[in-house]
Amino acid sequence: MAQSPSAKYKPGDQVRIRVGVPPTHFRTPQYVQGKQGEIETSWGAYPNPEGLAYGGDGLPAQPLYLVKFAQTDLWTNYKGGSQDALLLDIYENWLESI
Amino acid sequence: MPKVHDRGGWPNEDPIDQSEHEMEEWERKVDALNGVLGDLGLKTSDQLRRAIESMDLATYESLAYYEKWTAAMETLLVEQGVMTTAEIDAKMKTLKQAQA
Repeated sequence: MAQSPSAKYKPGDQVRIRVGVPPTHFRTPQYVQGKQGEIETSWGAYPNPEGLAYGGDGLPAQPLYLVKFAQTDLWTNYKGGSQDALLLDIYENWLESI
Repeated sequence: MPKVHDRGGWPNEDPIDQSEHEMEEWERKVDALNGVLGDLGLKTSDQLRRAIESMDLATYESLAYYEKWTAAMETLLVEQGVMTTAEIDAKMKTLKQAQA
């Protein structure tokens, strides 16, 4: 875990995933962009892969969270159970407060 | 248009084909080469992933897993000036002629 600013969100917080498709490398799938999720776990901060991907040092480190989504929110005509969830690791620069 | 690897729900919602195959010798060599480039500081997993995911859709779809690794390693080596595309193409031509 790298030195970092403290995490802005805590478990239980509701967040919205930022919408954006930069021409450069990013790790946040488009099917969760604009969707609401809940912080499940705060993992601490890690070098930002969007910088590491180009040989940079990835600093400043970005707080990383496990974010929980309702599958029924993500897919139209979702056929699974209403309680089904998707858990994704998402960096703080992709999260917006609600 | 999602990036090539961003496959949630695309091209349809059918189950993913997860069948495995026996690893071939050339695939082991690619894996080993990947490790060597890492040890030499010429590649990190983040860089390799970026190079793979920046392929255009047609190229990405046409390549197998380790073929994607190979193409991405070429991208990174050319990018860092370790070798040129012309040098790689010339070597490939020589190898093909030797096989013929």
